[in-house]
Amino acid sequence: MSGQFPALQVVLPLLGALICALMRRGSWAWAVALVVCWAMPVISWLMLSEVLANGPISYAMGGWAPPWGIEYRVDAASGFLLLLVSLIGAVILPYARTSVASEIDEKNIPWFYTMFLLCLCGLLGISITGDAFNAFVFLEVSSLSTYGMIALGKDRRALLAAYQYLIMGTIGATFYVAGVGLLYSMTGSLNFVDVASRLGEVESTRPILAALAFITVGMSLKLALFPLHVWLPNAYAFAPSVATAFLAATATKVAVYLMLRFMFSVFGVAFTFDSLAISEVFITLSLAAMFGASLVAIFQENVKRMLAYSSVAQIGYITLGIGLANQTGLTGGIVHLFNHAMMKGALFLLLGIVIYRIGTVKIEGLAGLGKRMPITMGAFVIAGLSIIGTPGTVGFVSKWYLAVGAFERGWWWLVFLLVGSSLLSVVYIGRIVEVVWFRPLSKEGKAATEPPMGMLVPALLLVAATVYFGIDTSLTVGVASKAAEAFLAGLK
Amino acid sequence: MAVLENIVNHYNHWITIFLMVSGLYIVVARGNMVKKLVGLSLFQTSVYLIYITPGKILGGTPPILETGFSVYSNPLPHVLILTAIVVGVATLAVGLALVVRINEAYGTIEEDELFAEDDGQL
Repeated sequence: MSGQFPALQVVLPLLGALICALMRRGSWAWAVALVVCWAMPVISWLMLSEVLANGPISYAMGGWAPPWGIEYRVDAASGFLLLLVSLIGAVILPYARTSVASEIDEKNIPWFYTMFLLCLCGLLGISITGDAFNAFVFLEVSSLSTYGMIALGKDRRALLAAYQYLIMGTIGATFYVAGVGLLYSMTGSLNFVDVASRLGEVESTRPILAALAFITVGMSLKLALFPLHVWLPNAYAFAPSVATAFLAATATKVAVYLMLRFMFSVFGVAFTFDSLAISEVFITLSLAAMFGASLVAIFQENVKRMLAYSSVAQIGYITLGIGLANQTGLTGGIVHLFNHAMMKGALFLLLGIVIYRIGTVKIEGLAGLGKRMPITMGAFVIAGLSIIGTPGTVGFVSKWYLAVGAFERGWWWLVFLLVGSSLLSVVYIGRIVEVVWFRPLSKEGKAATEPPMGMLVPALLLVAATVYFGIDTSLTVGVASKAAEAFLAGLK
Repeated sequence: MAVLENIVNHYNHWITIFLMVSGLYIVVARGNMVKKLVGLSLFQTSVYLIYITPGKILGGTPPILETGFSVYSNPLPHVLILTAIVVGVATLAVGLALVVRINEAYGTIEEDELFAEDDGQL
């Protein structure tokens, strides 16, 4: 049984999606999705503990041995990501029941859960597969279902956002597949390990350079690296709350993982970073994201969109870790994957509660809500502190590692810039806190009360996680540094 | 002369590049959402050629075991691209469905008119 775990990670959500599509009642579809989403983290946890104890798991899909067949491969990095994605799915699902029922038409609810499970299947598939083309297929499975989920948003601008994301996302995925095509025509293989071992002979020929460029740009589109982030704010702002929380916590992270996999495991650090100026490019773009997107966030009137811009800035921290390309810096980047997923997931879930209670996310609508919903808004402040990077929260942990990584490379000025961009997040988070706690109650908030437990508990769980993993970092940093080590060593 | 030879010898790549860039240009330059999707499809399709054209071996037969033939074309690129075509069709279908919904909600599918309608809203 446990030998089949890697396949189950993908097969279960896929089957679940099929069953959901046959359901006519929203609550039945929810129940199916709940069973699947709660099974996933158990499987991922069992696999990750196996990997940490005995090293990577390799699984030959359909019994065809790699490199001819599709290999599913779980190592520290992919196991970590599988756990992250499935945990977020499991936490969000209980919340989804009330939130989805209030935001989406009854007849569309089974379809929403179908797409949710398909998206989960795609994201888990990207994390687990050891085959470049298989990763493309999963990328499109997750993207297409994402477009559908976004388009279910109430506002008609959700349709425009979904369309815009479809165009940008497809260009990104096509760039990726073009890069893989060039790699394939030069090495004759699609298996990550196999490609890495064959690259030596043809390294630094022009098609390989072009492949690296295509894959990097394509994945940068998917992970919303500044300035390729234009699809993200509207997509997050107008999607249903559950979809926003899930996507913000997982989709961009998985894209980062796939890029890491190519840059470090397939092409190798020596080729990617030593001979090309990728470090400099990434650090420049990351800084632009950290400052540019944070500045834009400060001036948003729609809180959901403000947090979306904040996501672009936070992705900047992750890519900064990639740009540093040393053990500590990369650990910081990978641990921020996990940390940002928790805090942004928590914030978007809490905003979903606000939408459920008062129906607006305009900043003036939130005025005085702290008096009516003290638990929700208190949790919001804690998650917000984590975005800023206050000691004792996860945000601080990742920034600490990034700062130390920058010092190790001798770029002390980067540390000042890290602090500077954190100050910008103080401004936009502080603006919400001020409005929520220190202003008279808005007319929308008059009747607001704390939400039902089903919504409150998942959000509070994520907030508690941001504090817990801010103090006890042995799991997150331990796995992340193992993953970073493996990435820097390469697959060869 | 060497340049010309380069172009002739790699004509399949030049065709790919031309199709790719024209597809991308249509996506960027057109305001009509259906035309954008046409450009996107062209762009996606051009990438298939990167896989398909190197898969053909000059003088090779289709990949069927038969005595007397020893040079085969590689079948894997075709299988991969079959999958990619399905993905492309699915993308186009989702895109067109979105355009239909946008037309119902706004009464237009011209990008500048759409953005003008939503101007000044939060």
